[in-house]
Amino acid sequence: MSRILGLAAWFAGLLFFAPVAWMVLTSLHSEPDAATNPPSLAAPVTFDSYAAFFDSDPWPPLINSLSASIGSTVLVLLLAIPAAYALSIKKVEKWSDVLFFFLSTKMLPVVAGLLPIYLVAQYTGMLDNISFLVVLYTSMNLPIAVWLMRSFLAEVPGEILEAAALDGAGLVTTLRRVVAPVAMPGIAATSLICFIFSWNELLFARVLTGVVAGTAPVYLTGFVTSQGLFLAKVCAAAVVVSLPVLVAGFAAQDKLVQGLSLGAVK
Amino acid sequence: MKSFRYGGLAAAVLLATTACAGAGGGGGGSDNSINVLMVNNPQMQDLQKLAAENFTKDTGITVNFTVLPENDVRDKISQDFSSQAGQYDVATISNYETPIYAKNGWLTPLDDYFAKDTGFDQDDILEPIRQSLTAADGKVYAEPFYGESSFLMYRKDVLDAKGLTMPEKPTWQQVADIAAQVDGAQPGMKGICLRGQPGWGQLMAPLTTVVNTFGGTWFTKDWQAQVNAPEFKEATKFYVDLVRAHGEAGAPQAGFAECLNNMTQGKVAMWYDATVAAGLLEADDSPVKGKLGFAQAPVVETESSAWLYTWAFGIQKASKKADNAWKFVSWASGKGYEELVGKNLGWSKVPDGKRSSTYQRPEYLAAGSSFAKQAEAAIAGAKPTDPGVQERPVSGIQFVGIPEFTDLGTQVSQKISAAIAGSTTVDAALDESQALAETVAKKYRGN
Repeated sequence: MSRILGLAAWFAGLLFFAPVAWMVLTSLHSEPDAATNPPSLAAPVTFDSYAAFFDSDPWPPLINSLSASIGSTVLVLLLAIPAAYALSIKKVEKWSDVLFFFLSTKMLPVVAGLLPIYLVAQYTGMLDNISFLVVLYTSMNLPIAVWLMRSFLAEVPGEILEAAALDGAGLVTTLRRVVAPVAMPGIAATSLICFIFSWNELLFARVLTGVVAGTAPVYLTGFVTSQGLFLAKVCAAAVVVSLPVLVAGFAAQDKLVQGLSLGAVK
Repeated sequence: MKSFRYGGLAAAVLLATTACAGAGGGGGGSDNSINVLMVNNPQMQDLQKLAAENFTKDTGITVNFTVLPENDVRDKISQDFSSQAGQYDVATISNYETPIYAKNGWLTPLDDYFAKDTGFDQDDILEPIRQSLTAADGKVYAEPFYGESSFLMYRKDVLDAKGLTMPEKPTWQQVADIAAQVDGAQPGMKGICLRGQPGWGQLMAPLTTVVNTFGGTWFTKDWQAQVNAPEFKEATKFYVDLVRAHGEAGAPQAGFAECLNNMTQGKVAMWYDATVAAGLLEADDSPVKGKLGFAQAPVVETESSAWLYTWAFGIQKASKKADNAWKFVSWASGKGYEELVGKNLGWSKVPDGKRSSTYQRPEYLAAGSSFAKQAEAAIAGAKPTDPGVQERPVSGIQFVGIPEFTDLGTQVSQKISAAIAGSTTVDAALDESQALAETVAKKYRGN
């Protein structure tokens, strides 16, 4: 039985990995080979598409994406952790209403806010400005981060907090020495999720940026052309653009597993 | 101690981010730079490569390019131009958008600029192209970067092997007969590639030229919708039947790029599409280079049926750098740029189809000898104001020159694409489409 489950797990794993493997493989083919139907696995390997990608000066959009993603993630954490503390450990009055209010801000379809936000950006002179994206991504990710952090902080056993209080620890010491170490996997998981959401965001970036503040996903779409072949170049660009997220995921792997399984075996 | 370290790191990252963020700013760039928004076609990629070393070096004007796929670029341009946000000084617009944008007051008229710019030679621009970039007020609002028409591309070797000859100006019936005979001429080869992918600029472009030559029209002169009229139906049935019987595999999803692949890989023997495809099929790395023949767009009742399309440069009215923007437009649309491309990148890569002088250059004619003359004839023969057998309310060959057409054309194309896929009939598709067209027509009739 366990062998069958093991095989099923391998199959599912490979099934999910197949599109990524396909993307990498296509990126290593020439444009005509990449466009063949049915696709050719044995076509000669070439790095031309990667060379074309790096020749096109992709650094400004990559730096823009990094700035927007890291900046917004840091801001989200700075705001979400105290909010989550007030909703789980030292509960404020009507905390469940507050929590629902946070969630309700995610109920409006993103596209419905597009035009008003564009007009605000235009009138305030913030079009094509990364700072505006940082603020936007922060507000978009904040409700999710508050919910996640609240559930992580709720796992901190009340007994440790009482013991810390008995030992005379103040609020700052309790947060630093007691809550933070326990919640660190949760913070890592929340950071990574916020980072991924910001890094991959396309809709707002496409509408609100232009010449100087364009992000990596917008730049990636620029390789698509309606005249001529582009699959290999787009795949190469997609591989490079996916790397920072993969690196962040691997770096936070241990913490992430702990964070995502937190409370699962309580 | 540990959390102080985290705090310090967070503060450093935030500072770094804020410093990077300072790079932003609407309509950015120094006084001596311009922002250009372009569609990501191969000719524009070449322009991007050549601008710094040539234009910037000569004029001192830096050009900040933004390139996006066709649909995205249209959205972005209409967003920036309609709000006159002024982020972009120059954008690539087509002959579909130019009269509409000009009427809305979003573009700078260029007559004064080219009148003073002696080296530009506006009279050299091909008449149908110039006309299609002129608004109702008689002023020119965009200068072409390259122009295209439509014609029939076919595998000469395949037709020769079957003992078939393609007439110089075939009828659609002749094309359908040849498609039936060459279908399966080589393993996996179909008779013809015709676009089936939904989209006003995909399926609807070639199909509307077929409708025109079959005697149909979207609207009559007095704005009566004609989408389920007998001529429109006959043309659409012919197109759908031909592609279903002898067309490419996966036809309901096939657009320009898919047909280009099919033709390059020998999966179809013929292809009716944009003349610009010829340069790609005859490129040095193309497996079908030298095996192709070219014929005029097939006809039925009209003398010609070829479409007319151009990607042109328009200057946004809100641009504060219109003089510098014109210098760029003049350089990119000028004769000198064609020579620059010819000498640096090869004569087959010249952004052609816009100037009559292009077709007098011996080097260009030598490089594109198999299709240059046919392409020029197709463009010169295009009649944007009189593309069919009856008078039209607005100009346009493969489109109707009204803002509503993008939406209407796309919706109708979805229904016809479904007919190509076999999930509905042409009659049902066009009867439903008639209601959509009638809603638009009503608006223009004013009742």
